[in-house]
Amino acid sequence: MTVGLEHYLVVSALLFALGLVGVIVRRNLLIIYMSLELMLNAANLALVAFSRFTNNLDGQVFVFFTITVAAAEVAVGLALIVALYRKRQTTHVEDLTTMKL
Amino acid sequence: MQDALFYIFAFLTLVFGFLVIANPFSRNPVTSAMFLVLAIVALAGLFVLLHAFFLAAVQVLVYAGAVMVLFLFVIMLLDLKAEERRKIKVLGIVGGLVSVGAILAIFLSSLLNAHLGAVEAPVLDGSTVRLGKLLFTEYLLPFEIVSVLLLVAMVGVVLLSKKDLK
Repeated sequence: MTVGLEHYLVVSALLFALGLVGVIVRRNLLIIYMSLELMLNAANLALVAFSRFTNNLDGQVFVFFTITVAAAEVAVGLALIVALYRKRQTTHVEDLTTMKL
Repeated sequence: MQDALFYIFAFLTLVFGFLVIANPFSRNPVTSAMFLVLAIVALAGLFVLLHAFFLAAVQVLVYAGAVMVLFLFVIMLLDLKAEERRKIKVLGIVGGLVSVGAILAIFLSSLLNAHLGAVEAPVLDGSTVRLGKLLFTEYLLPFEIVSVLLLVAMVGVVLLSKKDLK
């Protein structure tokens, strides 16, 4: 059986599920953030696979923009985590349940 | 040959992805970050198999290079003491796994019923030339907006990392 669109989509779905499990189950803010990156990458894989099998480059351009925005998002998010850590000395989400600093 | 490579890279991506979220070797986030780098590199291999050569290069350069170095910098900057083992909440883990399993079941069942057909992959050339042409003609405005977005993010980060956050 040759590898087709379905195979890539199954891998993408599994990767997305792994990222979601990480976000829900893990309690460390940094690990949760890495799991978010995993989910973004799963979406990228689905976009590239569709782009290849429909012979349309728009999907790849979209992935390019996704990667750029993800880089900006990581920078801002990590700055927020550092600012939070300075105030609270923890990255454990259960210690960060109040809105007040 | 290509099929074998697909299975190898897919397997590696999923295994390393799993090791990111459930790491049996260490409680340290640094090892998770390293496994995320490996997962991203394996994913770049899948991009190459999909003929998205430019994106594979960008994936390795930007994600595995810049973004993950930023991650490692922050993890080491925070200097986390070895995280003490907390009581694992079984109910939370079971609930999370069940809900994610339900979402995955929805994904896969809709994929099974989608009748994508055995599409013969057309010859698509995801080379830098074609992608660049598209990027600088049809997608010129989004491209410029993304540059503004990066500037905004940069200013925001500088502001956020000031010593006394007002």
